[in-house]
Amino acid sequence: MPLLEIENLTVEFATVNGRFKAVDEVSLTCDRGEILAIVGESGSGKSVSMLALMGLLPWTAKVTADRMSFDGTDLRGLSGRQRRRIVGKNMAMIFQEPMSSLNPCFTVGFQIGEALKVHLGLDRAERRKRTIELLDLVGIPAPEARLKAFPHQLSGGMSQRVMIAMALACKPKLLIADEPTTALDVTIQAQILDLLVDLQREQGMALVLITHDMGVVAETAERVQVQYAGQKVEEQPVAGLFDDPHHPYTAALLAALPERATSRRLPSIPGVVPGQFDRPSGCLFSPRCRYTTERCRERVPHRQGAMAGFALCHYPLVQGRPIGHPAPNRIANAAEEPA
Amino acid sequence: MLAFLLRRVLLLIPTFIGVTLAAFFFIRLLPGDPILLLAGERGITPERYAELATRLGFDRPLYEQYFAYLGNLLSGDLGVSFSTKRPVWDEFFTLFPATLELSLAAIIFAVVLGIPAGVIAAVKRGKAPDHLVMSTALVGYSMPIFWWALLLIIVFSGWLQWTPVSGRISLLYFFPPVTGFMLIDSLISGQRGAFNSAVQHLILPTIVLGTIPLAVIARQTRSAMLEVLGEDYIRTARAKGLSPLRVVGGHALRNALIPVITTIGLQVGVLLAGAILTETIFSWPGIGKWMIDSISRRDYQAVQGGLVMIAIVVMIVNLTVDLLYGLINPRIRHRR
Repeated sequence: MPLLEIENLTVEFATVNGRFKAVDEVSLTCDRGEILAIVGESGSGKSVSMLALMGLLPWTAKVTADRMSFDGTDLRGLSGRQRRRIVGKNMAMIFQEPMSSLNPCFTVGFQIGEALKVHLGLDRAERRKRTIELLDLVGIPAPEARLKAFPHQLSGGMSQRVMIAMALACKPKLLIADEPTTALDVTIQAQILDLLVDLQREQGMALVLITHDMGVVAETAERVQVQYAGQKVEEQPVAGLFDDPHHPYTAALLAALPERATSRRLPSIPGVVPGQFDRPSGCLFSPRCRYTTERCRERVPHRQGAMAGFALCHYPLVQGRPIGHPAPNRIANAAEEPA
Repeated sequence: MLAFLLRRVLLLIPTFIGVTLAAFFFIRLLPGDPILLLAGERGITPERYAELATRLGFDRPLYEQYFAYLGNLLSGDLGVSFSTKRPVWDEFFTLFPATLELSLAAIIFAVVLGIPAGVIAAVKRGKAPDHLVMSTALVGYSMPIFWWALLLIIVFSGWLQWTPVSGRISLLYFFPPVTGFMLIDSLISGQRGAFNSAVQHLILPTIVLGTIPLAVIARQTRSAMLEVLGEDYIRTARAKGLSPLRVVGGHALRNALIPVITTIGLQVGVLLAGAILTETIFSWPGIGKWMIDSISRRDYQAVQGGLVMIAIVVMIVNLTVDLLYGLINPRIRHRR
C-alpha cells in the first residue's frame, strides 16, 4: 500500500466572480521512501493540491476527493485536532520563500523546538539537545550558537536549512517541498537540493518535490507527475519522461531546457496557463499546443493508459510523433523553427 | 541600542523647547488680564495694578519674560501659582496621582478589552463578531466624551444607582494621602469599605476615558492581525500542526503587537487630553480639572507649568514605547 494515495482531488475557490477550480480531479500516489516530482508552470495547481493535503488552505477553498489517505489514515473528514496530530509530525512541508516563512519575532531554537514540544512532548533540555542535532543534520555550522539567532540574521540558504530542520524535527514519513530552491541563489540551490536528497535517503522518508524546473527533476526525482491548469497531464518514471514524453506539454517543457536546445534561441511555449475566465472548453492545453485540431478544441480528452504515460491527450506522443493525429506531417510552428 | 537611545533622548530637546514656547505664548494670546481676574469684582486701583504687574514681571518685554521663565524652568522652578500662592510644582504633584490613577485604569481597560476584541474580529473576519466589534468601535470612537459620560451617569448612577456620580471616594471616608493613589491609600487606611468605594468611584470615569483608546486599539489590532495572518510564517506555524490558539495567540499576536504598542503609546497623549474633560465631568480632582480652573483664572504660571509637565509625561511615555518596541521586535534591537 502506498504511503500517500490521492484520488480525484478537486479544490475550488469561492471568488467574487464565482467558483474557480484550481485543482481538477488530480490523482497522486507516493510510496514510502520515494521521490515524486510534481512539475508545471505557475498556476498549474501544484502547490494548492499539496496545501489541500496539509489542510493549510484558507476557508474560501472547498476540497473534495474520492480518496485521500496517508499512512493508512483517511484524511477526509478528520477534525482539526486529529489532522494536527499528523501534520507537522508524520507529514511536513517546506516552502518557497524561506526568508518570510520563519517568524521574525522568535529565535531559531524556539521555532524548531516548538514542533518537538507539541508533538513529542520533550522537555526543555531534550528539545535543546534535539534542536542542536537537527541544525547539525542540515549542515548549519556552530549549531549551538545559532539557537539564539533570529531569522533576520540568517541568509536565504540558512533560513531554508532551518525550515528543513523544523520539518524533520519529528522524523516525518513524508516531506513536501514546495519549490524549495526557487528563491535562492543558483549556487545555494544545488546545495539545498543535495541536502534534501541526502536527508531523504538517510531518513528513509518519502519526498514530494514541487518544482517548475525540469533540471531539478532530472537530478532528483524517481517519478514525475506533470500538471497543467489544475489537471494531471502525464505521469512517468523520470528516465521514461525525459526519453519519451507523451504529452505535448511535457515535450514542450523539455524542449525549453537549455541543454536540449537545438538552435541559438531557446524554444518557449506561447501564451500562459488559462485562468478563471479563459478556460477552453476542450483540452485545456489546446490554445498553446502545436498539434491542436478541431477535436482538441471541442472535446475533453480521455486519459491514456500506462503505456502512454497516463497522458491527458487526444494524440499522445510516441517518440515525438502524435499517435492518431490526422495530419502529423503538417504541424504548424514545429519545434525546429521556434517563434 | 545605546546610540538608538541617545538619539531618541536628543530629539526630545527641540520638542521640549517647542512645548515651552507654545505654553508660554498661547496662554498670553487668550483675552483676559490675570491681575484683573485676581482682583475680582472689588476692582483695583491703577497704583496697585502697576505694583502687581511689576511684581509678577508683566511690565517687562515678552521675550524677557520668556527667557526668565525658561531659565527658571531649567533650574527646576515652575513658578508660583497666582491664585493659590503655592509653587506650581507642589500643586501639580498633589493632583497628578489622581490623573495617573485614572489614566492607568483607562489604558488598562482599553488594552484588556481592545486587543482581544481586535483579535477576535480579525480571526472571524467578515462574520458577525467582526461586524459587532467594528461597529461598536466606530460608535465608541465617534461618541463625544461629555455626551457618553452623561449617558453613563444617567443610566448607572441615576436609574440603576450602581455607581456614584462624582469624586474619588465617598465622603464617609477620610485618610491622609500616602501614595496619592486612592485605591492603594484606601487599602492602607484599613477602613472597611473604603477600597470598594474607591473602586466604585473609578468605574465610570475609567470607561468614559478609556472608550476612545479602546476603539482605536481594537481597530488597530484587527488590521495588524489581518495583515499578519496572511504572512508566510503563519502558514509555517500551521504546517507544524500547532493549535489555532498557539498560531493566533503566539505567532500572529506577537507580530501584530508591534504596531499596536505604538498606537497605545500615542493614545497616552489622547488620554491626557481626554482626562481634562472626564475629570471636569466627574469632579475628579486631577490635573485636568486643575488645568481648566487655571485657564479660566488666567493663572499663567499654573497653565504653563501644567502644560510643560504633561508634555514631559507624554515624552517619557513615548520614549518608553520606543524602547519597548525594540524589546518586542528583534529586528529593531539588532539594528545599529
